[in-house]
Amino acid sequence: MALRALVGVKRVIDYAVKIRVKPDKTGVVTDGVKHSMNPFCEIAIEEAVRLKEKKIVSEIIAVSCGPQQCQETIRTALAMGADRGIHVDVSGKDYESLGPFQVSKILAALAKKENVNLVLLGKQAIDDDCNQTGQMTAAQLDWPQGTFASEVKVEGEKLKVVREIDGGLETISIKLPAVVTADLRLNEPRYATLPNIMKAKKKKLETVKPSDLGVTLASQVQILSVEEPPQRQAGVKVQTTEDLVAKLKEVGRI
Amino acid sequence: MATWWAASARAGLRAWALPSRLRRLSDISSARNGDLQATLEPDPVLFSQEHNALQESLRKIIDKEINPFIDKWEEAGQFPAHKIFKILGQAGFLGVDKATEYGGMGLDFSYSIAVAEELGNIRAGGVPMAIGVQSNMATPALSKFGSNELKQQFLVPTIAGDLVACLGVSEAKAGSDVANIHTTAVRKGDDYVINGDKMWITNGCQADWMCLLANTSDAAPHKNKSLICMPMKLPGVHINKKIDKMGMRSSDTAQIFFEDVRVPCKYLIGEEGMGFTYQMLQFQEERMWGVAGVLKPLECLIQETIDYTRQRKIFNQPVLYNQTVHFRLAELATEIELLRSLLYRAVALYIKGNDVTKFASMGKLKAGRLAREVTDSCLQFWGGMGFTNEVLVSRLYRDMRLISIGGGADEVMLSIICKYMDTIPRKM
Ligand SMILES: Cc1cc2nc3c(=O)[nH]c(=O)nc-3n(C[C@H](O)[C@H](O)[C@H](O)COP(=O)(O)OP(=O)(O)OC[C@H]3O[C@@H](n4cnc5c(N)ncnc54)[C@H](O)[C@@H]3O)c2cc1C
Repeated sequence: MALRALVGVKRVIDYAVKIRVKPDKTGVVTDGVKHSMNPFCEIAIEEAVRLKEKKIVSEIIAVSCGPQQCQETIRTALAMGADRGIHVDVSGKDYESLGPFQVSKILAALAKKENVNLVLLGKQAIDDDCNQTGQMTAAQLDWPQGTFASEVKVEGEKLKVVREIDGGLETISIKLPAVVTADLRLNEPRYATLPNIMKAKKKKLETVKPSDLGVTLASQVQILSVEEPPQRQAGVKVQTTEDLVAKLKEVGRI
Repeated sequence: MATWWAASARAGLRAWALPSRLRRLSDISSARNGDLQATLEPDPVLFSQEHNALQESLRKIIDKEINPFIDKWEEAGQFPAHKIFKILGQAGFLGVDKATEYGGMGLDFSYSIAVAEELGNIRAGGVPMAIGVQSNMATPALSKFGSNELKQQFLVPTIAGDLVACLGVSEAKAGSDVANIHTTAVRKGDDYVINGDKMWITNGCQADWMCLLANTSDAAPHKNKSLICMPMKLPGVHINKKIDKMGMRSSDTAQIFFEDVRVPCKYLIGEEGMGFTYQMLQFQEERMWGVAGVLKPLECLIQETIDYTRQRKIFNQPVLYNQTVHFRLAELATEIELLRSLLYRAVALYIKGNDVTKFASMGKLKAGRLAREVTDSCLQFWGGMGFTNEVLVSRLYRDMRLISIGGGADEVMLSIICKYMDTIPRKM
């Protein structure tokens, strides 16, 4: 059975950019700031491409929700090996309040529309660090989920997922269709090669609106204020473990 | 350690315990000593989305395969050219503007410039220079004028990164004065027999072949030279020494002697006697490539100087708050943008088929001059720290000094510009 995979690729502020809070504290500065694909989404795409290379997946659809510029993120996914892209156009106020809940509704609707049997996502995005979209998507679809995957294997109608959990690894077996979210060690994403970047230009990329998918974007979340993290205070150096223990006792930590 | 997520993997961070973004930033800055250009959207003037996508992909290779090891290579006085070129070749970066039938990408020269600019993110000048020799200095003439057979033998594996190339023009007795080289290639039957020496040869200790400029006749100095593909592993090729240099230390630079080296005549690039002309054409690309290569390192240096002087307090205020400091940095940043504009103009004209010798020479001249100004000014603001080997500014101060000397010294550029201005004194 060849699977069809839907892979979410989020456009986030590049990992190397120093994040600055807007003066009015409504969010962070994004204008003129370099963006790239969320690293965990890259891992998800890579996994899909590897499954395709093993002929387990027949088609990979990369999807990104957000403004026009998300198409660049999708092109990167296409250059890595996705077959076609869907850009779900969300901009302005809707984009500002776009969170895991709305995105999971979009992904669930697309999963049904495109008749896929595997939704592959990053375990979280490095901008809001929510770690919710995969779980919510599974709930919306009422599909099993394998989150924080560090190994994925298709075994007949089932999926063996090795999960990174507190204290070690957990191996689960879930029925397809399913939602899987990628952890750090799942794979090492490939470099998009120049020939593939050029080929990606010719791949199909369609744009849809959330309303086309019957999804409303009403948000349950209100942002009151965005603050810089507190400045880290300088530490103290101690000579021996005894000193360390004494110090920790002194400040009441042990 | 390449990227923060790889770093956190090694640190054994568990799924739930991902470091905050701030924490990651400190990881990155220890790997890359603070980021630089990541704050600006790419340039719309010359570069399209494809240029940007290509740069983004290259950046990943730099962050993962090059920058984590650069200090080690600087110390060793050499980097593993075959290994790095193979990675770059497989990803398509060594033949961006070469024909597709030889494994290139068939794109125009602006894509090569995008690559050259991005290579500026490498935290030392030596490695980008070595890559430049491979992709845009030793190969343009072969690609434009070489026979199909010659290209199959030398160009294809060079673009793929299987062979390391070097360019042999300069000699101990002839650097600026290229017309005055002494190395000879004399026809004997079906072979050229080569005798002489080459000096300052980048990649020379590791190269598999050399694009060699040699005299093939006794005709006038501009008409007696030829470019020849010369395999390096031949009897009579002696790599005399690896030159100990003040900068560009991760790049190996060799002095090489030739003693009756026999090379088949069919390894001649294009026509005999056209070598000087081909080399001058080849220099155009080399010079624009060189200009592109200085932009990011200089911008990076300015950014790092801002960051350092902002947190370094003397006389109760950050060093940066002195007007002479922030004004100077603003002045230099302005000059870098002007240089970039000149470069983009030259490249835009070049890809339309124009001879841009004048602009390329002006750009090369300015790049050398500006590199000296920026590195010197920035180093000054770092105080004693700037004089240590622990900071990028001192490395670039040493590395970038070469721009005014290599590939045609500032004065050679001035002479070329003067020719276009018709101001060279004539014999009275
Ligand atoms: C690290 C490094 C890597 C190099 N890599 C290569 C390589 O891969 N292949 C290769 O072929 N060469 C290479 N070179 C050689 C480089 O191109 C030459 O060093 C350069 O052309 C200058 O030649 P020269 O060193 O012989 O200096 P000279 O020709 O001796 O010149 C000395 C100085 O004279 C002055 N001068 C020159 N011309 C004029 C003029 N017309 N009017 C007034 N003053 C003038 C300049 O200030 C110049 O610096 C490399 C050099 C270095 C240092």
